[in-house]
Amino acid sequence: MILRRNEPDTVVVDQPNVVFDVDRLSVNYGDFQAVRDVTLKVQEKRITALIGPSGCGKTTVLRCFNRMNDLIPTARVEGTILYHGVDLYDRQVDPVEVRRRIGMVFQKPNPFPKSIYENVAFGPRVGGFRGKMDDLVEESLRKSALWDEVKDKLRDSAMALSGGQQQRLCIARAIAVEPDVILMDEPCSSLDPVATQRIEDLMQELVADYTIIIVTHNMQQAARVSDRTAFFTVEVGENGQRTGVLVEYDRTEKVFTNPSQPRTEAYVTGRFG
Amino acid sequence: MGLYRPDLGTEISLGGGAATEAVRRILHGRQRDVRGLAFQSALLLTLLMSLAIMVTLMAQIGATGWRVFAERGTDFLTSPMSSLASRAGVWQGLVGSLMLMVFVVVIAFPLGIGAAVYLEEYAPDNRRTRFIAANIRNLAGVPSIVYGLLGLAIFVLVLRPITGGLTVVSGGLTLAVLVLPIVIITASEALRAVPGSIREAGYAVGASQWQVIRSHVLPAAAPGILTGTILSLARALGETAPLILVGAVTGFFFQSSGNLLARLHGPYTTLPTIVYTWSRQPGEEFRHLTAAAILALIMVIVVVNVLAIYLRNRFQRTW
Repeated sequence: MILRRNEPDTVVVDQPNVVFDVDRLSVNYGDFQAVRDVTLKVQEKRITALIGPSGCGKTTVLRCFNRMNDLIPTARVEGTILYHGVDLYDRQVDPVEVRRRIGMVFQKPNPFPKSIYENVAFGPRVGGFRGKMDDLVEESLRKSALWDEVKDKLRDSAMALSGGQQQRLCIARAIAVEPDVILMDEPCSSLDPVATQRIEDLMQELVADYTIIIVTHNMQQAARVSDRTAFFTVEVGENGQRTGVLVEYDRTEKVFTNPSQPRTEAYVTGRFG
Repeated sequence: MGLYRPDLGTEISLGGGAATEAVRRILHGRQRDVRGLAFQSALLLTLLMSLAIMVTLMAQIGATGWRVFAERGTDFLTSPMSSLASRAGVWQGLVGSLMLMVFVVVIAFPLGIGAAVYLEEYAPDNRRTRFIAANIRNLAGVPSIVYGLLGLAIFVLVLRPITGGLTVVSGGLTLAVLVLPIVIITASEALRAVPGSIREAGYAVGASQWQVIRSHVLPAAAPGILTGTILSLARALGETAPLILVGAVTGFFFQSSGNLLARLHGPYTTLPTIVYTWSRQPGEEFRHLTAAAILALIMVIVVVNVLAIYLRNRFQRTW
């Protein structure tokens, strides 16, 4: 049983496992230190939100979890991230395998310029899926609440879908490779409120099967959907460099109603943002 | 308001007809944009001048050369070279040009596209890579006759056992090397134009670099790559100086109708070389023939360009 926010008298029975154990994570882009000394543990099958003002390094931290920062030549990652006990940045770890277990949905929907079917089928195919692709595509599209809208036009271009549909397609694409974790980088920031609501509802369904980490600018969204929240902010160094730091990480309820840190309180009450 | 625009405040606040009149006065009262018009006219003039030059050239050539087609029709296209103007035709040039194009396609396209993919997708962005890229750009600007000298030295002389010396093989290799930098540059541009978000999406579902390139980057870049490579083909069709240096025949010769291997090791000529040859022959008749050969060359280049546009449209589906 999981503690649900709308059933306040339900009791937590199980202690969730730790999926990511982050210890003193710092990321530099060349000479610029984007974020430093982040330490937190991400729980399995929960939604963890990373919130904070612009430039505080939330997206940088998120991209560390699936080694996407590898794609940026000047990026340097220090500290450790243990994924189920394994150091993600160990030399022998293959980033391609990491990304098959830890998927990502981006801020701006980025479907491949191909058919809807191809978008979902690509990941499993390159991952060596040998079963019935049609079934996998259908299941992924059902799970991301898109099947009914596209079942008759699977061969049509994904670019013809609306923004909200494209984002759900990107979620279906991420689910199709059967990951362990789904990372979401401000998935609703380019969507209208109705589409946003659908994606938030979707997250609540998906969390039964997947660990979700979401970066969001929208505090209300974090308060609505997440189980735990990490609040980041920007600290200005002596040389004027703006570096992100983790201020507080706790149950969402606590962070938003009774935060321990004054900076957290200032942010969530809107005194700065 | 009021510093450089008339202050409408009082008039608009009156409401009704006076306000409408005041606003109309402002909205309609714009002075004629003299500078803008002059600029636009100057640009139009440059366009017309460019067109006029081309039209004049084409008219001049057409007027001189149409007679040949009118009198002899396709016979002109199927006859071999001859010292008799009334019997000379461009057939050998068509064949020679075609064979050279095959070399360019088979050698320069795969090498060029492959090099571009490596430079854009795999090579790290450091000084060495930038140096190599700058050199390739410079090579694209080297005068074509220098490539002729290169071809002469290497393909004709040093590699004579393989190429047979002054043959189509040497000519084809020379043209392929000439065109290679252009293929690399246009393919690089096309690859660079593929948005990074598509690559990120590919990586995020656990594809390797090769899978992302093969399944998403190359198909997205294909229309641009195709256009660039076929246009470089059209450029190669018109090359004359380097081919003369590596052995395209500028006299008339008898093409043995032997097998392909014999043809590859025998004498050859190309359309532009024929134009050059005929332009140096005395006599009125050869003026007409030269113009007609130019027309034939232009027709071939137009066909190649149309092919480029057709193929690009076919690849560029409405994604």
